Amino acid sequence: MERANDYASVMGRKAEIMLKSVGIDYSKFESGSIAFDYEKMMRETGYTLEEMQNIQYSVNVGNTPILELKNITALARACAPAGKGARIFIKDEAANPSGSFKARRAANAVYHAKKLGYKGVIAATSGNYGAAVASQAAIAGLKCIVVQECYDSKGVGQPEIIEKARKCEALGAEVVQLSVGPELFYKFLLLLEETGYFNASLYTPFGIAGVETLGYEISMQFREKYGKDPDVVVCTNAGGGNLTGTARGLAKAGSHPTIIGASVSLAGLHMASDEAFNKKSFTTGHTGFGVPFSSWPDRSDVPRSAARPLRYMDRYVTIAQGSVFYMTETLASLEGLEKGPAGNTALAAAFALAQELDQDKTIIVQETEYTGAGKHVQPQLSFARDNGIEILFGDPKDEIPGKNIILPSHPSLLKTTEVDLDKMRKSLIRTAMKTYQVEEPTEEDIRFLAEETKSTEEFVRAQIKANKAEVQK
Amino acid sequence: MIKKGEWVRIHKIILTPEERAPQVPDDTRAVPLELWVKGFLQADAEIGDQVEIETVTGRMETGKLIEVNPYYTHDFGKFIPELLQIDKQTREILFGGGK
Repeated sequence: MERANDYASVMGRKAEIMLKSVGIDYSKFESGSIAFDYEKMMRETGYTLEEMQNIQYSVNVGNTPILELKNITALARACAPAGKGARIFIKDEAANPSGSFKARRAANAVYHAKKLGYKGVIAATSGNYGAAVASQAAIAGLKCIVVQECYDSKGVGQPEIIEKARKCEALGAEVVQLSVGPELFYKFLLLLEETGYFNASLYTPFGIAGVETLGYEISMQFREKYGKDPDVVVCTNAGGGNLTGTARGLAKAGSHPTIIGASVSLAGLHMASDEAFNKKSFTTGHTGFGVPFSSWPDRSDVPRSAARPLRYMDRYVTIAQGSVFYMTETLASLEGLEKGPAGNTALAAAFALAQELDQDKTIIVQETEYTGAGKHVQPQLSFARDNGIEILFGDPKDEIPGKNIILPSHPSLLKTTEVDLDKMRKSLIRTAMKTYQVEEPTEEDIRFLAEETKSTEEFVRAQIKANKAEVQK
Repeated sequence: MIKKGEWVRIHKIILTPEERAPQVPDDTRAVPLELWVKGFLQADAEIGDQVEIETVTGRMETGKLIEVNPYYTHDFGKFIPELLQIDKQTREILFGGGK
């Protein structure tokens, strides 16, 4: 029987394709209302921390070093009020086989795929995750397809994404490149159906649980080296898995630092727009993913995302593109470390955040990523300039994404902007009621939503009341 | 003439503007969804021909032949002089001056 492969028909088969390609029956965790059992999902379909460590260490993933950035700390102190300027550290995740923390997610996903007998894995990503899956599939002897959004309608590609395509191919993967559009998901579903491969989604419990080792290591390494846990952990936030996994891992170590999410501000640029595509100077770690995925995690390629950052975030800040490029350059110039810009989003934020804290406090940026042709401060700025983006020195608060990139004219101008978490919490509650068409959330729903939003049942009840009043108007 | 078995890159349109998802913005809906993929050519052909390839995972794809032995040309871009000013300033704050 010939199956219809038009957009609507393929999307209509989504649930069936997903069940086959992920091997998780998500309905087991559903309550029938808004709530679902997140912890049960993580427990029954993920791995224990010890199992994950064994899986990752057996394929040379993890145990990356923590580096103290003494010169960047000194620069922050030179900009801070007297007595302020926490010690800044980074966890050098670029030391993983594929050059980023994504190796942790991929190691688990590929291990799981192989255990279940899949012949290959597919990942839909333009980011470092593609190379991570390709690297792990190479070790496991599985086939690998990476589907990327890469070019605009003129065939011009983001240098950062083209470099990632090169790396995936170098590691033996087939790379399917697409032009701009959310229908990447359509092609992804068709490929899953055609090949019967495992969906190495970024958002399954195994993928997210794979990052727990990162949080756990931070605590263990810090205790061993500095005799205490870090005070603040800053995570670059896009799809939410990085922050979620790290926070869960820290909690498993009994460590409860302040968790701050950080995204590059791309305010005003439409993510599915062909014209805006090459006006971005960051292809990940930005608000175009970070804000929607935090406000509503279940927009991913699985029915229930295991990445639920709003559950763990104490603060969420944005930082301008020019500030991240500035910090990337400074990391090379003052610390002798060349790393990819997107991974330095949290570092740029940490530089500003450290200045709020006393000098005896510690702040750790939990990742770095590899750098190279295309994926480096130089080609990314050069590409921006070629696309008509003005690059100038000034105050980063005047930066308009898609129009200019403002390099701070002095490091003291490098500041974060606070995202209103209550607004995101309210948005999540509103979307939950709308999506599940629930007017009277159950007691279980209310408890669930309080956990989902790291708020209280009172906050949730007040929001539900406000939503109902809104509907009746 | 490009020989069967050569490593090539093909291009195809997988959704025409009319077939695109309803939620895409207008500028994106005005253009088709395009695909590029590499593989081994299945029969002798010329650039521009409709061909079939076998990818490294053993999948068959069809499309327009656009490149033989495709290679990457991304690089470190044109020089950005501003970066030198950042280096100079941060080093001066930290190590320079009369402190």
